[in-house]
Amino acid sequence: MKRFQYLLWFAHEHVSFRLHEIEAIASVLKIPIKWIEPPSDKPWYLVELPSEEAVQKLSARSVTMRRAIHLWADEPTVPRLHASLKEKCLNGLLEPYKLKSFKVDVDLFCNSQTQEEKLERIESFSYMPFQGHVDLMNPDVTFQYIEYYGLDPKIVPANPTRTFFGRVVSESGRQLIHELSLKRRKFIGNTSMDPQLSLLMANLGKVSNGDLVLDPFVGSGSLLVAAAKFGGHVIGTDIDFLMLHGRTRPTRKQTRHIARKDESIEANMVQYSCVDKYIDVIVADSAIPFWRSDVEFDCILADPPYGIREPTERIGSKESLPIIKKEGSSVHFPSKIEYGLNEIIKDLMWFSSKHLKLHGRLLFWVPVFRQDYNDAQIARHSCFQLIGNCEQVLTTFTARRLLVFEKIKMPQDTDECSSAIPTSSTFREKYFTHGDENRLTRKQKKAEAAKNKEIWFAKLNNVNVK
Amino acid sequence: MKLLTHNLLSSKSLKGVKVGYPLRIVAKDVKINESKFNKEFVKKIIPKLDWQVFINAAVQIGHNNDLSDELIDDYENNDEFLKKVHHLLVEIEIINGELICPETDRVFPISDGIPNLLLNVNEVP
Ligand SMILES: C[S@@+](CC[C@H](N)C(=O)[O-])C[C@H]1O[C@@H](n2cnc3c(N)ncnc32)[C@H](O)[C@@H]1O
Repeated sequence: MKRFQYLLWFAHEHVSFRLHEIEAIASVLKIPIKWIEPPSDKPWYLVELPSEEAVQKLSARSVTMRRAIHLWADEPTVPRLHASLKEKCLNGLLEPYKLKSFKVDVDLFCNSQTQEEKLERIESFSYMPFQGHVDLMNPDVTFQYIEYYGLDPKIVPANPTRTFFGRVVSESGRQLIHELSLKRRKFIGNTSMDPQLSLLMANLGKVSNGDLVLDPFVGSGSLLVAAAKFGGHVIGTDIDFLMLHGRTRPTRKQTRHIARKDESIEANMVQYSCVDKYIDVIVADSAIPFWRSDVEFDCILADPPYGIREPTERIGSKESLPIIKKEGSSVHFPSKIEYGLNEIIKDLMWFSSKHLKLHGRLLFWVPVFRQDYNDAQIARHSCFQLIGNCEQVLTTFTARRLLVFEKIKMPQDTDECSSAIPTSSTFREKYFTHGDENRLTRKQKKAEAAKNKEIWFAKLNNVNVK
Repeated sequence: MKLLTHNLLSSKSLKGVKVGYPLRIVAKDVKINESKFNKEFVKKIIPKLDWQVFINAAVQIGHNNDLSDELIDDYENNDEFLKKVHHLLVEIEIINGELICPETDRVFPISDGIPNLLLNVNEVP
């Protein structure tokens, strides 16, 4: 069978997630990838794929890739690229596209590009025997020209070190990042996960059509939206009754004085046309088992509470609080105790060892103080293999890491689990002393104060929590 | 809350409770939402269900139908059957009602479609 060479051209961000993403998608779609060049941090992968359809399917899900290009020329210098293309054109490479409308996109990687410079580059291809007209808006074919100047913006060489030319085969799934933008989302919370990272999680989690996906710390449901976009049928739980009922303080200034309706995870699913994939959200404490003992999820995604922007809590006994009744139905505000990060993580891993299918994936974030971090602190469990550990830098001192686990065996009595990330209180202290997060701190304090006030008000007066 | 979710939940963490499954349903408000049939999903979800509990739950909330207590063989290629399961599993939604622990009668309210399983401190062992 004939195979084709493709250049997968990436956005230069979340580099450590890139390979995991492509491998996970290829595995979900059962597309064999043959590497022509070992994958590196350079913004492309050079691969051989079985068909154009395979490339299209692969790119459609990727949010780290920009587009996929059928490679026509790959040369170390500009003159050699033109020489190679000229020859290939003489051999009829352009024939099938000659009469079509077209455009040429130019990317000078790690070099500034003015409009003039771009035009100049486009002009340099005038020897190609195009007969169709240029159509910038809606061309039949798009060509991509790339000059690569290295990865270091401080040392840009005079000439590119590599050049590519090819036909664009498909755009990536990055338009989903804009489609799911938090700016236009109906319901968000102050810890909503940004769309790109949510989509990345769904990809790394190998979510596929018809999967049952759980987020045990669902918040405003960002991870579930992403999972649903890739065919997952989603369930979430959260300890915060007000959050799931869309009754927390508004997080958007502009909506503060307008009556809010339609603020729920379900409303978001409707907004993004994936309500068919929405199963339910449940108010529950993930520290306490409530699932039927033999329930199996296909994927578990989580952004657990770190105690930085939201309380980490579970039901426990510090004091006995009264039960509050509301409009006939009882709404409980049980007392909660601090629920440490490592405890949360270990609970999540034990839970997943029982409730995730074999070979299913468990993904969650952990916060780290960069200087103190070392790989030995990372959670482990005898049922899980660590597949990925990707850092997202937040500030000079702080980061969070996405841990990707795969369940490699069924649970046994002899299983072991550990997690030794410096505890949330130490982390929180450092985070705020070094983290340049003052604005956030103030906002968070205000939000917390407001919530406490609400709860106390309800407790004291035994009235509606609105 | 959909019947699928009901099938997955228990009250096993309540003090003194052994199994806590299945929860009894009191449906005060029920809504039918049409949703797109995803054959792949229904096929994959059936083995995850406690079938008997599923059928009983449908009967309890008055949506009895012709699905039998026994899961049929070879359902994977039976579109008509899969569509019925789809309807009962995810198209019927309990907006307001209660889930009740079979052993202690503890009531877990369902409001605006969202069940509340939170326990009080004195309810956990
Ligand atoms: C970082 S936020 C998740 C944000 C979410 N990914 C989103 O996009 O909105 C963590 C969530 O965990 C919830 N939470 C904290 N403790 C919990 C517990 N013991 N059980 C369940 N949820 C809990 C908090 O209420 C909060 O909504």
